[in-house]
Amino acid sequence: MENKRSFEILDVTLRDGSHAMKHAFTEEQVRETARGLDQAGVSYFEVSHGDGLGGSSLQYGFSQVDELELIEAAADECKNAKVSVLLIPGIGIKEDLQNAVKAGAKMVRVATHVTEADVAAQHIALGRELGLKTVGFLMMAHMAPVEKLVEQAKLFESYGAEIVYVTDSAGYLLPHEVKERVSALRSELSCEIGFHGHNNLSMAMANTVAAIEAGATYIDGSLRCLGAGSGNTQTEVMVAVLERMGFHTGIDLFKIMDVANKVVARYMQRPQEITGSSLIMGYSGVYSSFLLHTQAAAQKFGVDERDILVELGRMKAVGGQEDLIYDVAARFAEQKKTLV
Amino acid sequence: MGKCKVGIIGSGNIGTDLMYKIERCEYLEMSVMVGIDPESEGLCRARSRGYHTIDSGIDGLLEAPELVDIVFDATTAKAHKLHSEKLTALGKKVIDLTPAAIGPFTVPPVNLTQHLDKGNVNMVTCGGQATIPIVHAINRVVQVEYAEIVATVASKSAGPGTRANIDEFTRTTAKAIEEVGGAKIGKAIIILNPAEPPIIMRDTVHALVKEVGREQEIIESVEKMAAEVQTYVPGYRLRSKPIFDGKKISVFIEVEGAGDFFPPYSGNLDIMTAAAAKVGNEMAKQLIAEAIK
Repeated sequence: MENKRSFEILDVTLRDGSHAMKHAFTEEQVRETARGLDQAGVSYFEVSHGDGLGGSSLQYGFSQVDELELIEAAADECKNAKVSVLLIPGIGIKEDLQNAVKAGAKMVRVATHVTEADVAAQHIALGRELGLKTVGFLMMAHMAPVEKLVEQAKLFESYGAEIVYVTDSAGYLLPHEVKERVSALRSELSCEIGFHGHNNLSMAMANTVAAIEAGATYIDGSLRCLGAGSGNTQTEVMVAVLERMGFHTGIDLFKIMDVANKVVARYMQRPQEITGSSLIMGYSGVYSSFLLHTQAAAQKFGVDERDILVELGRMKAVGGQEDLIYDVAARFAEQKKTLV
Repeated sequence: MGKCKVGIIGSGNIGTDLMYKIERCEYLEMSVMVGIDPESEGLCRARSRGYHTIDSGIDGLLEAPELVDIVFDATTAKAHKLHSEKLTALGKKVIDLTPAAIGPFTVPPVNLTQHLDKGNVNMVTCGGQATIPIVHAINRVVQVEYAEIVATVASKSAGPGTRANIDEFTRTTAKAIEEVGGAKIGKAIIILNPAEPPIIMRDTVHALVKEVGREQEIIESVEKMAAEVQTYVPGYRLRSKPIFDGKKISVFIEVEGAGDFFPPYSGNLDIMTAAAAKVGNEMAKQLIAEAIK
């Protein structure tokens, strides 16, 4: 019975799912989902624009409903669960976090590209000062060697992060690579380690298991895989898998299945299956939230979305560079014209 | 007096690059480089080029105020407040390259001469210098209701000051998009990309305008503006024609630096020093004309 170590499942449907919903969550959808998550026994779940606080923009898509209203509505539904928010420095600012806390947020995850943790020092400090559970979130973790990841994670820890995440934003990592990364952080850091996966190569669950076996104590998931690209580790399935592994998740399996299948399934805009594009994202290591923007650009410029994604991977685009998609698509369209 | 004497406070990357730009200005004469570390590269380079150097910071400069007419501050927002007070009290003109933004924002092709009579002018941010001319170029044809800029810079060209105060960048740029660019609402995003070899600075302007149409006029206005920026930043380029999508207009820009002290990919740093030198030169031209009167 050595498997009974405690850990937390953090549900990101209402944040990562914002990408798949084109940032059009309604207050009612958020309330119902939040209520279901709370009643099922989930301790933390995240509510924000897909690109974090302040993400509502032409670059990423405007929020249909102000995220602060959604955070407030979600917090209002919680009896036990706590609302987390995402903050990406360079997009959101400290005032956004202060406002989110007024709306009821109890946790902040400050996200940077895997090599750029030092832009987050003041936001981590603010999180601690406001009494939040404060997390460092290293995105696109596949883009740096393990030593670099460790160095950056240590920076986050030194700023005051209580948990540091390995974030596989592109759904590129394979289980042995997740294990290597989580193990390295586990042995070099004294804070807790988390893992956030994407399912573009159908590896999210396998990666999650690898992360837990390597010592991760915070794991992200989304209901019905409602997240960017092909979504995340499927929360309700993860609960079943972890129970089978002998863990106590503290989450009621039937209740979490009900939120997934009776609430989330109703408002999903499309199935979160692995399509040609999301597969290429995982294969080429491209940021998952580029998916719908790439499809729109491919359509507008009459080019193959896979060509755009492969090129973005080659150019080593990082999270947030959605404008590059249109730039690349326009260039390909121009080249096509000259060929004809 | 034929030229105004220039002092640069801050012997780091920005200050050092600025020195080379000042040397090429018609009405400016590089006089003194002020730092706090005698071994800093900027002070060494200034010394070897025959300029005065002061390694005791602002206090050292205040002991020799006759060395300067115009002072460029390339230190930090916090230090700038103190520097500005002391220098303007002595009647010196101050050009602020920090995000302190005490004085009014100046973006050369939009409002070069508007604030030259002020004691202190601020140069906004690198992203602001690259994009606000374009916001203004659209706004002079049709009212911009909302403008958003995305600046993507190579990780290597974002220094520790920018990194520690990244919120200052977004806040200051957004404010200047409104005040100088003319947009009713402004927003700014900055992204650092660590790719090797380092990427050239890219900027995107997304604007929502009041009404559709007048596309040809907008394209012409944007192209004319880009040509104007090119007069002081030769590596400033539009990557494509503006893209129209209903009321949304997107303009893609690339900024390659002159390679004075910074490598050419650091267009973000280059456009700041080039714009500041341009403002300084114009300020000097006016001071000289007034002195003759």
